Parts: sequence; structure tokens; C-alpha cells
Amino acid sequence: MNINNIISPEQLEALIKFGINVLIIIIKIAVVLGVGLLHVAYATYFERKVIGHMQVRLGPMRVGPHGLLQPFADGLKLFFKEDIIPAQADKPVFYLGPLIFMAAAMVNLSVIPFSYSFVIANINVGLLFIFAMAGIGVYGIFISGWASNSKYAFIGGIRSSAQVISYEIAMGLSLVGVMIMAGSLNLTDIVRAQEESVFGMFAIPQIIGFVVFTIAAVAEVNRTPFDMPEAESELVAGYFTEYSGFRFALFFLGEYIAMFIMASLATVCFLGGWTLPWYITEVIPFIKLVPGIVWFLMKVYAFIFFYYWIRATVPRYRYDQLMAIGWKILIPIALANILLTGLVKILI
Amino acid sequence: MIQKEAEKIFETKELNVNMGPQHPATHGVLRLVLDIDGETIVKVTPYVGYLHRGIEKLGESLSYFQALPLTDRMDYVSAMSNNIGYCVAVEKLFGIEVPERAKFIRTIVGEMSRIANHLLWLATHALDIGAMTVFLYCFREREWILDLYEMICGARLTVTYPRIGGVRNDVPQEFLESLWKFTDEFPSRILEYETLIDQNRIWLQRTVGIGVISAEEAVSWGMTGPTLRGSGVPYDIRKHMPYDAYDKVEFEVPIGTTGDTYDRYRCRMLEMRQSNNIIRQCIEKLPPGPVMADEPKFTLQPKDKMMPITHPTKEMAYFIEEKACKGCGMCLRACPAKAIFGEKKKPHKIDQALCLQCATCFVTCKFKAMKIVPGGKGLSDEKLAELAAAPVPEEITKAAEHLVKQFEFIKKGPKVPEGELYVATEVPKGELGFYFVSDGSGKPYRMRLRAPSFIHAGCLPRLCVGHLVADVIAAIGTIDIVLGECDR
Amino acid sequence: MAVTEVRISIHPAGLNPKDIAEKIKEQFPDQVIDVAEFRDQVSVIAKRDQIVPLLKYLHDDPILSMDHLQDLTAVDYLKKKDVRFEVVYNLYSTKYRHHIRIRAQVPENDPKINSVVPIWAGANWHERECFDMFGIEFTGHPDLRRILMPEDWEGYPLRKDYPLQGPALENDWPGFTEVLKRSKELREFEWEG
Repeated sequence: MNINNIISPEQLEALIKFGINVLIIIIKIAVVLGVGLLHVAYATYFERKVIGHMQVRLGPMRVGPHGLLQPFADGLKLFFKEDIIPAQADKPVFYLGPLIFMAAAMVNLSVIPFSYSFVIANINVGLLFIFAMAGIGVYGIFISGWASNSKYAFIGGIRSSAQVISYEIAMGLSLVGVMIMAGSLNLTDIVRAQEESVFGMFAIPQIIGFVVFTIAAVAEVNRTPFDMPEAESELVAGYFTEYSGFRFALFFLGEYIAMFIMASLATVCFLGGWTLPWYITEVIPFIKLVPGIVWFLMKVYAFIFFYYWIRATVPRYRYDQLMAIGWKILIPIALANILLTGLVKILI
Repeated sequence: MIQKEAEKIFETKELNVNMGPQHPATHGVLRLVLDIDGETIVKVTPYVGYLHRGIEKLGESLSYFQALPLTDRMDYVSAMSNNIGYCVAVEKLFGIEVPERAKFIRTIVGEMSRIANHLLWLATHALDIGAMTVFLYCFREREWILDLYEMICGARLTVTYPRIGGVRNDVPQEFLESLWKFTDEFPSRILEYETLIDQNRIWLQRTVGIGVISAEEAVSWGMTGPTLRGSGVPYDIRKHMPYDAYDKVEFEVPIGTTGDTYDRYRCRMLEMRQSNNIIRQCIEKLPPGPVMADEPKFTLQPKDKMMPITHPTKEMAYFIEEKACKGCGMCLRACPAKAIFGEKKKPHKIDQALCLQCATCFVTCKFKAMKIVPGGKGLSDEKLAELAAAPVPEEITKAAEHLVKQFEFIKKGPKVPEGELYVATEVPKGELGFYFVSDGSGKPYRMRLRAPSFIHAGCLPRLCVGHLVADVIAAIGTIDIVLGECDR
Repeated sequence: MAVTEVRISIHPAGLNPKDIAEKIKEQFPDQVIDVAEFRDQVSVIAKRDQIVPLLKYLHDDPILSMDHLQDLTAVDYLKKKDVRFEVVYNLYSTKYRHHIRIRAQVPENDPKINSVVPIWAGANWHERECFDMFGIEFTGHPDLRRILMPEDWEGYPLRKDYPLQGPALENDWPGFTEVLKRSKELREFEWEG
């Protein structure tokens, strides 16, 4: 049977084009996923090394040269560890918890523009999509805390959902200024808007928003000094106390990817994404030859380093103090910032 | 109004959380049962005793010398201070005076253990509140002190270096030099910790106004040490009832005003500086002389003093005289090598091939049936019997006498005057009291340990109720308890 | 929030413990049985009936002001004294720096004494421990439970008639006896060389 009898050559061409597009997207997904997972492995190594040196010790040194293979050893260990499920746990929900948590974090990778052309899904509501996914991630935390049927996990789950929800408001409000300035929710457009702006990046005009965002981002991914949900000295490990083996690894993965997402969001919305401000490229013209993805990753890792630095320096807040900071300080400041940005936008 | 209505409709109940005995923040095996209303603590019930080893009961069955190592195992993070406390109490009971040099050495090691203890306290307290880096910084210096301990006595944790009547051995010169270097360095290290947390806003928010206890109440609860002084009560046993060389050194006692967690933290930080000063003064003033009291009736003297004549044990053999042996079986049971055999009520024999020449049988024998045959190793029984009949050289008899005397002295202990005594010393955690009742024998009739951790653990409900869950952790940290001491 | 360093003088002031004993005798003439002294420490042996008023007097009297209960414990004088138990209170005044020891006699057939928790809050755990170890009941104690031993423990460990060792090893956990047997067999080799 001749294929020409069913579809015309034009249609065939369109079909092939469509197929190639799908293939490219699949390749992109594979690349991002692979790099993302590898990133998690080495982000833990990076963290241990950075904090180790800050604390006058060496960090992992045994597995491979300078402990470079340590993440793989850890991963292997977690993979082969016995998966313990508490007898009293609500089993189906218990299984579901880490999956939701990790999937919600992973999906965010699809809308992050790594460079000018490299984005899996260039959607117009990228920013909203990330908020939505972060909202879904809370369910993962909460149901895993609930399903474990353990009091520590339960308290951790409640604390975490309260914290993530409150800080999501502050974070969302802090980004409204950026949206006003860029006039778009599309992440690629936001970067372009920065490239064309006078300042080169929104971190300068939106400095208040940037500070609020940075604090809220730390709280959003439950890291020190806002690591209340998993405060090891109080709640053992918070919502994932009862998880072990690979299920624990999923939480771990989700957390580090969420950290990466937050750092990327800061880079895209405030630090100019893959671009450099015009005043730098004017001074050093040949710097343009460096591919944009390098700048993007450098900014992201600088932000991640900042996370680690905080962790090595400060103690932990108490739960009520944390909520007070969120509601009484960050949200009013973010609201004032929106007002200010709006006024300036109208006036200019 | 609305709330009352709601309470009528919905029945609410406190959440009952069991914290410990295995929990990252309870410093050992403390178990707390918390009743929480949301995040607020309604009731705290501490459970202790998971580490109870019956040290008081054991002490009653051991002689005064033998009970000393037990005190190491109480507060294992500052074992030196416990040893000193025990020795000071026993010396007062015996009525013996310690040489001046030993007093200064004890003061030095006592203050070293105070620094080591406060460092561990700061490390864990800060880690519990979330400041992770302080933990590792503190351990760096604690390790230094433990290395110094190793230099003087070979042990790091359970030292048993101070002995009844003095200290085990004199300190080497290198030790004093490295300790001097440590004291030079240490104040700057304290500053390092303070830059991390002293004025940190989060640290202040977590400690100021947490676990407040007034001076009167703190005394009534039996608090002692820095925990009490944080509330502003100037009670320091080093000043109130000076022991060792504390009346010969200059130091000040830091006291707080409000009695909250931050004040207690500041008190301990200042105390570390004072301890550093005391060590420096002691090194400067360290007098020459012996380190063990010359009281052979009450103290363990050096080996060459106790057994002036020694003899090569490997060359000789032990032999049981058939006439004298009643077959009581004492030596048979005591022999560690099982070299002695024989029936009940009949003369025993030694299997020379198995014998180790350890002299255990010689000491246990009550009928003097055991004979030492010099140079008798590897000979047959008949030959030994021949040799044993011959008179033993005086030297050997004397050596044997010393051996028996030493054995009896260790096993039965010294002859102690009858009476009772309560002696307290200032260990890093507070007041460590020893209450002895002596009935005239070499073993205490009653040995009571007043452990500061035990009392402080009892104050936990008072400090926690009304605060939040996270403050329980701060409260456990601030009273500085070690469960080994609490449960004894 | 302000922490200051203070210089405390070293030489203890305060009353001679013998004078304190005299004062107690004056105040409670029919309660004091005897006064003993050893190495400058004075013990007052008292009857148990009026122990709480006696201690309250020591605590409240402005000249004595014994605010610090250093230690509370008991001693078992089995077959040594007519009255088997003595509850011992070591008192100290942080203000005036004097010390006194009160020993209250408690007979074996009725091991009960009134609690001093209303006077010193810290006596709570001391008394619980005393109950745990000696079986002396403290009437009026808010929460008298075993503290160091498990709740279902039988016997009072620090009494003199309580054995030091546990039951014979034959009745012990079977795995343990096996280990013990094996170690006995192996012991021969340890001593060689």
C-alpha cells in the first residue's frame, strides 16, 4: 500500500516536522532531567564541601579523589536500603507523598529558560505555573506527614504547610514588581525585558523585592534558618521522619531540585538570566562570546552558595518567630514595593 | 465567647508527644513526655533512669580506692572534676592533707575540665538551636584539651588522674608548656565563638526571656553552678568552701541578672575566661615538691615505696606444702590459670606447666601452705618439695610480706575513722556533693552522690511550661545535663 | 540580660554549726535526740514527727536562713542501730554560709515521713529517689513514683538486705550463659605466652 494514498506530501512534511519537534522536546527533557539529577548529586557534594571548609574541616574525602564519588556512593546506599513502612501508616497515601513532592519540583524545570533558545516549554504563564507547582508540592509534604501516623511527622507536616503557604504569599508579592516592570509572566520575556532595561537586571530597581524574595525563597525550600519542618533537634526529621531508603531519597531529590528552581527563579527574575548587563558587555566586548548558559549557571550556583553560607552561619528561628517575620514584615514590605513600582510605572 | 461556644461543640485534647530516650536533642537518654496544645507546652514529665548503674550501691561494696574509677563514669564529659570531688571528700574523711604541688595540679586539671565541659555544652546548645558551625569550632578546642589530658595520664575521657592523697604522677614540663600555649590562644578562640552567636539576632530571639527563673526560686529548686548564677545568686563553692588551691588564686565569679537562657550562656562564657586565668596563675605559682601525701596508711604510695624489695617472678615456682594445706579450695578458685587441682579437704597440687607465677594463690592462702621456691622454674614436684623444705632467703620472705600487705590494703581498704561527712565541690555543672557514712571499715557504709544534673533535670517542667516546643530544646541545653551523672 | 563578674570574698562567715544545733535544741527541745560532730560538721538527730516545722524554722528564720537544700537522702542502719532508717537533710545558707545536717529517724515497721516539697521545690526528685531506693514514703509528696528504677521493680536496691548481685546465672538468659561458658573455655588460651 502506498503511503501517498493516505496523506499528501505536504501533510507528510508537516508530520515529520511535528515528529522532529516532539523528538527535540524529548531530547531536551532527557538532557534537563539528566543534568538536573546529576546536579542534585553534586549539589550535596558541593554543600558538604563548602560547609566543611567553613567549619574548619574537609568534608567528604574518602570515596574517590577528594570524595568526588561520594554522591554516587550515597545514592547507591539509599537505593539498596530496606524500605521500611510503619505498620500503622496509611499505605497508599504514604507511597504517594514523596512522589507528589518530587514531581511537583521536577515539573518546574520545564519552564525555566536556561538560555535564549533552551527552554522545554516556553509558556506565557511560566511564573504562575511555578507558583502553582509549589502549591502542589505542599500536598506532598502534608500528606506524607499525615500518612506516616507519627506525631513528629505530623507536627512537621503542619509546620511545613503553614510555612510554605505563608511564604508563598510573600514570594508571590515580591515578584509582582518584576511582572509590572516586564509586563509579562513569560520567563523568557522577563529576561528580555531586563536585557533591554537601563539597569541590565531587575535586582537594582527591584532591590526591595529581591531581598524579600531571597528570604522567602530560603523559607520556601525549608532551609536554615527557616528549617522548622525538619528541625532535627526538635522533630527528628519532620515530615519525612518515617521514610527510609529510596522514598527518603525522593524527598531529598525534591528538596535540592526545589532549591535549584528557586535559585533559577532568582536568576531569571532579578539577575538577568543568561544575559549580562549592557554596561559590562560594552566595557569587555569579547565576553559576549561566552554562551549564555554559563552565565545562567554561574548566577544559579552563586545563589545556591548563598544558601549554604547562611546554613553554616546562623541558628534556627522558632516557629512563631518565623510566622511573625513572614506575615508582619515580609508581606507588608512586598505590598509597599508593589505600590511603589506601580506609581513609578504610571509616572514614567 | 465564640471560643467558649466552640469548645462546647468540639472536644479538644492536648497532643501527647514522647520525646526520647532516643532523640537527637536530649543529650543522652532523657525522656520527656510533652503535652502540647498546638505548639505550646502544657505539661512536661521527665523520665530518667535509663542509665542507672547503681554507683551508690557499688560504692558500698568497694574499698575507697576501688570506687574512684566509678566517678569517671558519672559525668563523662568532665571526668577530672568528678575525680577531684571524690578525692577531696575522701581526704577530708581520712583527715589527710594533700601536698601543695598536688593541690595546684588538681586546680589546673579541674579548670581544664571546666573549660572542656563548657565547650561541649556550648557546642551542643548551639547545635540544638541550629548554629552548626559553633559545634565544630568548640570541638576543635575540646580536642586540644583532651590531647593535653592524654599527655599527663594517657587517657582522654575517663582519666582517674587525681588520686586519694594527691595525683597519680607529676606533670611533665612539656605539658605545662603546651598548656601555657593553649591559655595564650584560648581567649581569642572564645571571641571567635562569640562573633558567631553572641550578638546574633536569631540567637538573641531564641535565648533572651526563655526559661526565666528568679533567684529565690532557683535556690529553692536546688539549682547550683552557672545555672544558678545566671539568676544572680553568687553561690560558688570554690569561694564559699575553698578546696585545693582555689583560696590561693584570684578569680571572679560571673553572675547574671534576669535568669534567662541568655544570662546563663553569658555566665558560662565568662567562666571559661576565668578558668583560663586560673590555669595561668596556677602554672605561674606551681610550687615544687611531692605530688602524693606521705600517708602510707591511707594512700596508695608509688610502687617502689610500697614494695621496696621486688624479685624476678618468672624464675621461681610456687609449691603447696602438703602438711600445711587443709584443702579449703581458696587458691583453687582464685587461680586465674586453673593450674591448681585437688579434691576437697585434701592437699592440692599445682600443675607447674600451667602456672603463671602470678602469686594470687600465695596471697589467698590462709594457712601459709604456699611456698615460694626461688629458681624453681621447670623442676619436677619431688625436687620442688626438697627445695621448699630448705629455709627461704630473707629477701624473698620480705618481698612476699610486702605483696600480701599490698594485696590486703587494696582489697580491704584503709582503716577509716567512724563518722559521716558531706563534702561539696564545684564541678562545671554545679555542686557535686559526696555524703559518706563510715563505719570504721575500709569501705563506705553509705556513699551518696548529689549529682547536679539530677536536680537540674527535675527543674525542666518549671522551665518549659508555657513556652513553645523549640524552647524545650533550649531549656535542656541551658541546664547542661549529662545523663550519666543524672542516673548514676 | 546584663551579666557582671563579681568578686566574692573567700572566708566563710556565718554561725558556728554548734550554735545552730543549740538554737534547734532551744526551739524544739523534745524533738532533738542527739547532736553529733565529725570534722567540723554537726548533725542533729531528730524525731520525725515535727520534722517539717523544724526544717521550716531553719528555712524561714532570718538569722539561719537555710535556703539551699544541698542534699536529701536516707541511710539504712540495718542491725546497727535501733531505728533502722535515717533521712538526712544537708542544709546550707547561701546568704550566711553555714551548714547543718538534720537526721530524722524513721522506723522500719512504718517507713513514713512528711514531705518537705512545700519548703524546697527541689526536694521533689530527692524524695522520689529516696522512695525508690529505700522505700520510705513521703507523706504529702505531690507525685511519689519510682524515678531511677523501672516502675514495676520489686524491692528497694539501697537497703542493706538487698543483694548486690542478681540471681544465679543458670536462671539467666540462655544466650548469655552460653557466651559465659565459651569465654571460660577460651580463657585458657589468653594466659599463654
